Amino acid sequence: MNRDMESLWPQIEPLLAQVTKPARYIGGELGAQSVEHVPDAASWLLVYPDTYEIGLPNQGLQILYEILNERDDAVAERSYAPWVDMEAAMRANGVPLFSVEHHHPAGAFDAIAFNLSAELVYTNVLNLIDLAGVPVRAADRTVDQPVVIAGGHCVFNPEPLADFIDCFVLGDGEEVVGEINEVLVAFRTDAGKAATAGPTDRADLLRALSRVPGVYVPFCYDVAWDDTTGRLAGITPRFADTPARIEKRTITDLGEWPYPRRQLVPLIEVVHDRLNVELFRGCTRGCRFCQAGMITRPVRERPADQVRTMVSAGLERTGYDEVALTSLSSADYSGIEETVTGIINDPSCGGQVSVSLPSLRVDAFTVGTAAQIQKVRRTGLTFAPEGGTWRMRQVINKLIREEDLYAAVDAAFSQGWKRVKLYFLIGLPTETDEDTLGIVTLAKQCVAIGKKYHSSVAVTASVGGFVPKVQTPFQWFGQNTIEELTRKVYLLRDAARPVRGLTIRWHDPKATAAEGIVSRGDRRMGPVIEQVWRNGGTFQEWSECFDLGLWTDALEANGMTLEDAVYRHRTEDEVLPWDHISAGLHRDFLWQDWKDALAEHGLPDCRWTPCYDCGACTGYGVEHVVASAVPPAGGSQGTGQDLSTGGQVPVRFLSTAPSGAAPAPGSGGSAVALATEGKS
Amino acid sequence: MRIRFRYSKLGKIRFTSQRDVARMWERAIRRAHLPIAYTEGFSPRPQLSFGLALPTGAESLAEYLDMALDPVRAAEEGVDVAALPALLTPLLPDGIDIEEAVPVERSKDSLQQIVTSCSWTMRLVGITRNELEVQVAALLAADVVTIMRERKGREELDDLRPSVLALAVADAQADSAADPTARTVGLVAELSTQPRGVRPVELVRGLIAVSGGQADETFEGSAADGRSGGIPVLDRVCRTQQWIEREGLRQEPLLGRVVPAGADRAMHAMERAS
Repeated sequence: MNRDMESLWPQIEPLLAQVTKPARYIGGELGAQSVEHVPDAASWLLVYPDTYEIGLPNQGLQILYEILNERDDAVAERSYAPWVDMEAAMRANGVPLFSVEHHHPAGAFDAIAFNLSAELVYTNVLNLIDLAGVPVRAADRTVDQPVVIAGGHCVFNPEPLADFIDCFVLGDGEEVVGEINEVLVAFRTDAGKAATAGPTDRADLLRALSRVPGVYVPFCYDVAWDDTTGRLAGITPRFADTPARIEKRTITDLGEWPYPRRQLVPLIEVVHDRLNVELFRGCTRGCRFCQAGMITRPVRERPADQVRTMVSAGLERTGYDEVALTSLSSADYSGIEETVTGIINDPSCGGQVSVSLPSLRVDAFTVGTAAQIQKVRRTGLTFAPEGGTWRMRQVINKLIREEDLYAAVDAAFSQGWKRVKLYFLIGLPTETDEDTLGIVTLAKQCVAIGKKYHSSVAVTASVGGFVPKVQTPFQWFGQNTIEELTRKVYLLRDAARPVRGLTIRWHDPKATAAEGIVSRGDRRMGPVIEQVWRNGGTFQEWSECFDLGLWTDALEANGMTLEDAVYRHRTEDEVLPWDHISAGLHRDFLWQDWKDALAEHGLPDCRWTPCYDCGACTGYGVEHVVASAVPPAGGSQGTGQDLSTGGQVPVRFLSTAPSGAAPAPGSGGSAVALATEGKS
Repeated sequence: MRIRFRYSKLGKIRFTSQRDVARMWERAIRRAHLPIAYTEGFSPRPQLSFGLALPTGAESLAEYLDMALDPVRAAEEGVDVAALPALLTPLLPDGIDIEEAVPVERSKDSLQQIVTSCSWTMRLVGITRNELEVQVAALLAADVVTIMRERKGREELDDLRPSVLALAVADAQADSAADPTARTVGLVAELSTQPRGVRPVELVRGLIAVSGGQADETFEGSAADGRSGGIPVLDRVCRTQQWIEREGLRQEPLLGRVVPAGADRAMHAMERAS
């Protein structure tokens, strides 16, 4: 517990008449916790470094918010990046970053913890640390200043932010957040200090954090550079008790963590403004471009009856009329059909509830499920073939045949949908113009299928430039240049122009390049990010704020080029800046998968085929936790492979006992809070 | 069956928009399992009809909402209308309190159509009481008060004067009366809503216009800090009443209290606010 926990509301209130969307800054959500800062508890400010509307729904942050506040020795509040108008008003009036619950100043917390979901928010992270009144560089902080923590998918390459973040947390946060809290309590509370009576300078605190499994503290490592090439030579521990390689944390049983129990319901409209219930974590589809699928293995399903309880209790508590069943590939959940039917037919859901599966698989079966659940508010269906030709899709291991896509689209149009959206990537490894133009061929055929059923249909092909991500088989691939991506976009645009009913949308290739700068950078990228921030480059995810010139200027000023940082292929023997960070995947598995990609060799889902030994299960002594040995319809992804050998697969099956009734750690028993909340 | 609610919107929640408030009501109604009627079509929405939109940032003691019930379900389940304020208020966010709920006839006129004027109290900063009194007198004495208004994204000139039904500087509070140089003053007004509603910020623009000041931005601008003597800046706004005026008599949309239209309009607004 820190000093000066006083509300800044009197200073904030007059600013709100001057800014857009002032309700971003008032808190007051259903589920927001009124916390009391007590001397024996460590205080956390959980920050999402983008706008309130983007950050509020983040499930990871909400889960940690509840877990921390359930502890007697922790309190947590939340904060989001103030929009540029509010930031200007705050700086002009000397108002620091504050929490939305009680408007407490960020600098008074023991820890400021960021969720990093996208690379382009990094400049916002620096801005928020600065707005908190904390030195931006970790080395400049004193023992009394907050510990700056980061978690989320982006921390699997922590090096670009290593100068600014005190500790990175890898993998699932549910368990490790408590272990970190215990270190904070020992070093930051009076009781803790009295009990340890040991040294209490910042280095001791950082070293104690580095001993928590899954925590990477850059301070505890030496970085060596190759004198001849100037490239990274290695990152090695400075102390005997510092791990050479930091393994991510993995919770084995999602059923033990039925969070969020009290999902936040904001006062203003936000993205994903609905009840969200996580079906499973992890994905073994093995799409080679997909970092999320690689770093969250193994698959761990939530028991079906717990899903049902969380949905019905959640709808009752929040008043939402829509629930999303979330995961990386929700149609792969064992018994997805029964689960969805159960929700639709649950009388307590009032018959007015719609269910959404944010990630639809491309097959007719999935469309049938979608038709059933979107009885009301049928807007459009989205599929993600990702590649324009079968060859391309074998390279990226998205094994969808044209027949699968056409059957799915036919099913969609025949069941009443008139709008279909298709997601594609361009700039993929080995991509030829034939592959790129295959996008238009596929989309054109989808329009033709739609015309069989409706006089007017709309097919949108949404095209993103591929950014190679760390801890994936494509981490060695040199990203396409801005010019090359732009050329491909124009190729698509021109080919699509004569097709009525087809629209091509694309992501700005300049933003793709900027994302590439940060994604695979090493510690030399820290000064680049700092310079972009100092030159006013915040909210770089927003097209109205994004400025590639800031990035290229900063690269040049620091002696680097887009050519070397982004476009260059990495070699097998090259030291990668994230080699000391482990998501459980063996480097030789990733390299073999990269070779397989170049050989156009697909690799079916390992849930229903023998193990490829990627390392994620064996390394952590965990197995895929699924409820069914039989792959869902379409599970072969159209490869026609015989998948009836499920019983031989190394998976653990969920017990049939209603595990929803099992008490969760730290809870009083009931897995889901049923109590009606209201104002006090 | 239709139910009309009167509720207040006070405190931090004033920074939410009218649309946000509509969504809060929809969630509260679902949590209460009220047998509400839904619109037809692909995208059924609860049949809720709000009155005149309250500007984001303004408080109110007099917001109204009409809710249509599903006749079949309402008959089966039964709805205790008098109990609704106590049932729904705890399901709405802090700052929204339902004062009353009564069944109303399914009339064709929406709240938006029947309300003819609104009473407001405002707190202005950057101006002294004496300066504001001069401006109020000038505005009331003027035949025409031309201000810039935004309409459908375009700026156009409009005469504010016919819409100002009543205007007065609020009674001084004991502490500020003691200090004639205090630059915080209360204002009460009744502004017409027909044919177009006048917003409090536009009234302040009118005060600046009649005093020969620069029609600079006010509500969105920052406090004057004494840099320009006598430019009022709108600091707090509260809608205290909505009125339906027919044949010289005014009544509230819900309570049915009838008051004669007259010079006490503004003072009545103060009464409600206190």
